[in-house]
Amino acid sequence: MGARIHNLNIKLWIREGRENDAFRFPRSEKPLTGFSRQITNQNNAMREIESGEITEAVRKMSIKAAYMLGHDVMEALEENLKKEISPTGREVLRQLVENARIAEEGLFPMCQDTGFAVIFVELGQDVHVAGGDLNQAIHEGVRQGYSEGFLRKSVCDPFTRKNTGDNTPAVIHIKIIPGDRIKLTLAGKGGGSENMSRVMMLKPSDGKTGIMDYVVQRVSESGPNPCPPTIIGVGIGGTFEKAALLAKEALLRPLGEPSPDPELAAMEEEILERINRLGIGPGGLGGKTTSMAVHVKMHPCHIASLPIAVNINCHAHRHREMIL
Amino acid sequence: MPGPIRLNPPLTDEDVMKLRAGDQVLITGILYTGRDAAHKRLVDLIDSGEPLPMDLTGQIIYFVGPSPSRPGQPIGSAGPTTSYRMDAYSPRLIERGLKGMIGKGFRSREVVDSMVKHKAVYMAAVGGAAALISRKITSCEIVAYEDLGPEAIRKLEVTDFPAIVVNDCEGNDLYEQGIEEYRIA
Repeated sequence: MGARIHNLNIKLWIREGRENDAFRFPRSEKPLTGFSRQITNQNNAMREIESGEITEAVRKMSIKAAYMLGHDVMEALEENLKKEISPTGREVLRQLVENARIAEEGLFPMCQDTGFAVIFVELGQDVHVAGGDLNQAIHEGVRQGYSEGFLRKSVCDPFTRKNTGDNTPAVIHIKIIPGDRIKLTLAGKGGGSENMSRVMMLKPSDGKTGIMDYVVQRVSESGPNPCPPTIIGVGIGGTFEKAALLAKEALLRPLGEPSPDPELAAMEEEILERINRLGIGPGGLGGKTTSMAVHVKMHPCHIASLPIAVNINCHAHRHREMIL
Repeated sequence: MPGPIRLNPPLTDEDVMKLRAGDQVLITGILYTGRDAAHKRLVDLIDSGEPLPMDLTGQIIYFVGPSPSRPGQPIGSAGPTTSYRMDAYSPRLIERGLKGMIGKGFRSREVVDSMVKHKAVYMAAVGGAAALISRKITSCEIVAYEDLGPEAIRKLEVTDFPAIVVNDCEGNDLYEQGIEEYRIA
């Protein structure tokens, strides 16, 4: 029985983590009390996780993310290579598929920009991190991974531009959730596509049309700069900073998996179709494969506001997750 | 599509004038690397009348900040970085004889005008095809600004380095033409 409850906990945990349903319950109309009760730690004991395990997990993910393109992205590249009508566009996609295969051999990361390490932590409230500071454990994992993996150190002082030398500090987003596990997600975020991302405070009257127009316009203006074919994360609602975080979280969803909300899923499809009519194409050199996916996440917002964030990710879509 | 054009820097005006937006090229020879920080230092030297660490005449600068090299490899991953960050500096280097630039993404009006005036060309390498490109680099040595780490100026020897001409010296722009061709209104 103990083992069964444990397994169930993991499953619910993953579900909770991936879809972040708790934040969308006003739309789903399904309060999550049932979930919460089932994953309550019955004997109120804290599960201990050594900080060293967290360091090790981050170290491994940093390296793996830089060398192994996810199957979802690889499949999307190959699929688009079949469909692309521009000869130059096909040549670019062909190079990207070959590039991913070379990177897998482990000598060269898929891109020289191995990214800013952004770490999402979903920390079960019944976990006690033992043996050190959780944040320091993550920074140490980034430090070790970027050094041992021969990854580029791309973090610097904003004014002096002096490189910190070890790709730290990481950007860490911590969310406390029910359960006794830790889910760590690493996004190695490239600078070129991050620079093309924006947060915009639309007017409520702009509505769904205004939102979709803004995303398409942002991708259009970015042209070749963010290394198309891209993945577009869209955050709608919340506050200024919440919209940005939603957009980044939206990028974490596997490619090809639509939003569980049918209205948002339809919106994703419509935006993607409009983006791929822009003609930007692979490498921005013309073609129909400008983006491979659009992922939308939403949160209720202030009655006066309609925040929207567009976070663009290049095809070097470095995402890894581990559950401890 | 016609076969790729072979380029061997240093380039002459005649070499540049033959290139057209959309041409695929394979470069064999020397490329210098540089990103914003190195460009700023080069322009500072020009401003103060001091000599540059390398002669730019006929040369090509590749906008790249490679990842660290593993033992036994000349360089790490080495794909192009976004070029607009060099826009403030490129015209000054073109005036000094720079003939080619390789990067990714749009260039400013000033850079395009400078390329037309002084006969220079801007080429794109495939953004993110960094591991593939690294295999075309046979040697790498730091020429200047080692303190800049990945942003130091390096001299690369390349064989059949693949690039596509985006802006030729007649003012044509492949990004505009390509997008125009495939856009569905």
